Amino acid sequence: MRDGIRAAWPICLGYVPIGLAFGVLAQKAGLTPLAVGVMSALVFAGSSQFIAVAMLGAGAGTASIVATTFAVNLRHLLMSSALSVFLGGVRKRWLALFAYGVTDESFALNLARFREEGWDWRRALTVNHVTNAVWVTSTAAGALGGALIPAHAFGIDYALMGMFLCLLVYQLRERIHVLTALIAGAAAVAMSLMIPGNSYIVAASVLAATAGLFIRRRWPAPASSTTGAGTGRR
Amino acid sequence: MISTDYLLLCLGMGLVTYVPRWVPLFALSQRSLPRWLEEWLDLIPAAILSALILPALLTSGEPRQLTLWNNDLIVAIPVFLFALRTRSLGGTVIVGMALYWLAGKVLG
Repeated sequence: MRDGIRAAWPICLGYVPIGLAFGVLAQKAGLTPLAVGVMSALVFAGSSQFIAVAMLGAGAGTASIVATTFAVNLRHLLMSSALSVFLGGVRKRWLALFAYGVTDESFALNLARFREEGWDWRRALTVNHVTNAVWVTSTAAGALGGALIPAHAFGIDYALMGMFLCLLVYQLRERIHVLTALIAGAAAVAMSLMIPGNSYIVAASVLAATAGLFIRRRWPAPASSTTGAGTGRR
Repeated sequence: MISTDYLLLCLGMGLVTYVPRWVPLFALSQRSLPRWLEEWLDLIPAAILSALILPALLTSGEPRQLTLWNNDLIVAIPVFLFALRTRSLGGTVIVGMALYWLAGKVLG
């Protein structure tokens, strides 16, 4: 438990300003703090919640908001797939509870930790649910009185970017990972400029990982470095 | 109070968000995967992180446009180097926040 809570702090730090900002926005769109908390607890996906509130404000219908949410959050399919490698032998009901907390942030953090000694699904589950609690609380707090708190204090807006940058460094284990990241980044930037929405995340990631797989098969790593796949398992 | 319509909206959003998070865990974790799929999944995290980070640093606005000079990007370079050198998650977060705060003061 304690390891999970300790590991989760960068995410929590990053969620507070975003949660407060979301709460303020939702409150301006006419949602009560309770309504904001209910949405955060049931959905737990920041960017899609921002979009939903904007669509609500514009008078969009339930079906179109739900469909948009599905499209925006489909990227978690890939993240859960990558996490599943580390969750063999975990009971179905725990997996069901774990799935609820798979976000961009918890995915990246847990995946990096799973490669270290002494990290297991219980700690990962703690990360998922501690960060969820912070998200629900800070969004509801934002709707209550977030406007009173100064925005952009102490560079806190950069907490999640800082965390993602370090987690990316953790993933650059071999040359093929660096190459895959470069392809994904270039493809994502190009696609994001051409198509609205965030489908570029899934498209660029699938493209880059597939290209990386072909490159690894075509030009295997020199004998000095390990073959990547096996290192994925504990 | 919360209306039934609003509750239904949240339940619908929750369901379509939850299912893609749950299906791979349920379907993939209990079996051994073919080697190519395992290798492919091994590359996915680096790809996703890069696909999340780079557009956030290099583009802004709606519709998005390329912005090659902004505080997010300028700060990211030393922060990335710091992470490469120290491999410290907590340190990187703190240094990132400090530099971003500083950049806001100095560069505006």
